[in-house]
Amino acid sequence: MSAQEYAFVVLAVVGSVSAISVVLARNVVHAALYLVITLLSVGGVYLLLGAEFVAWVQILIYVGAIVILFLFGLMLTKAPIGRDMLDNQNRWIGGIVGFGVFLGLVFLIQDAFRVQDSVAASTFRTTTADVGVSLFRDYVLPFEAVSFLLLAALIGAVVLARKDAEAK
Amino acid sequence: MIRLPFVLFFAALLFSAGVYGVLARRNAVMVLMAIELMLNAVNVNLVAFGSQLQDVTGQIFALFVIAVAAAEVGIGLAIVILLYRNRESINVDEVNLLKW
Repeated sequence: MSAQEYAFVVLAVVGSVSAISVVLARNVVHAALYLVITLLSVGGVYLLLGAEFVAWVQILIYVGAIVILFLFGLMLTKAPIGRDMLDNQNRWIGGIVGFGVFLGLVFLIQDAFRVQDSVAASTFRTTTADVGVSLFRDYVLPFEAVSFLLLAALIGAVVLARKDAEAK
Repeated sequence: MIRLPFVLFFAALLFSAGVYGVLARRNAVMVLMAIELMLNAVNVNLVAFGSQLQDVTGQIFALFVIAVAAAEVGIGLAIVILLYRNRESINVDEVNLLKW
C-alpha cells in the first residue's frame, strides 16, 4: 500500500464513522456537526484523488453554505431531542434495507473490480484550469442550465418562505 | 495512487448510511441531511472513476451534482419552514394530507 492509500484509509474511517453518527445521533445539532466531519473527509478524499477544484468547492459549498443552511433550518424549527422523537417506527426495516443495500453494493463492486487484481492507476493530477477549459468548452449549455436552476431555486425559496401579508 | 475498489466501498457505505437515514428519520431536516450523504456518495464515485479513467468529465459532473444539491437544500428547507409555520411540526410521518 502506498502512502496515499494509508491517508485514504484514515479519511475513509473518519468519514464512515461520522456518516453513521449523522443518521444515529440523538441530537440534531450534533448530527449537523458530524455531517461537517463527513463532508470534510470527503473533501480530503477528493484531494487525494487529484481533484483539487472539486475539493475546494466541496468545502466552500457544502461545509460553508449547506451546513449553515441546515443549522438555520434547525434553529427556525423547534428541534426535538431523543431517539423516539427523531426516528419513526420503521427504524428496524430501515436498518435492514440500509445494511442490505451496503452488502449488495459491496458484492457487486467486489464482483466487478476485484480488490486483489486491482492496480492503482498513475496519479491523475488536474488543475483548476483543466476543469475550467472542459466546463466552458464542452459543457457550456449544462452550465447555463444549472445557473438558471439556481436562480429559479433562489426565487422559489424566497416565495415559499416569505410570510403572506394578505392572508393574516 | 488509491486503488478504485477502496473508494467505491467508502462511497457504498456513505450511500447505505443515507438510505437508512431517509427511511428511519422522522425529522424532515434529518431526512435532508441523509439525502446529502447519498449525493456525496455519488460524487465520490464520479471523481474516483474520473481519476481512474484519466478524464476530467467526472469532476465536471460532480460539480453539477453539488450545484443541484445546493438548490435542493434551499427549496427543501423553505418547504420545511413553511410546514413548521402551518403545522407546528416537521415530522414527515404527520404530513399525510395527500396520503391515499
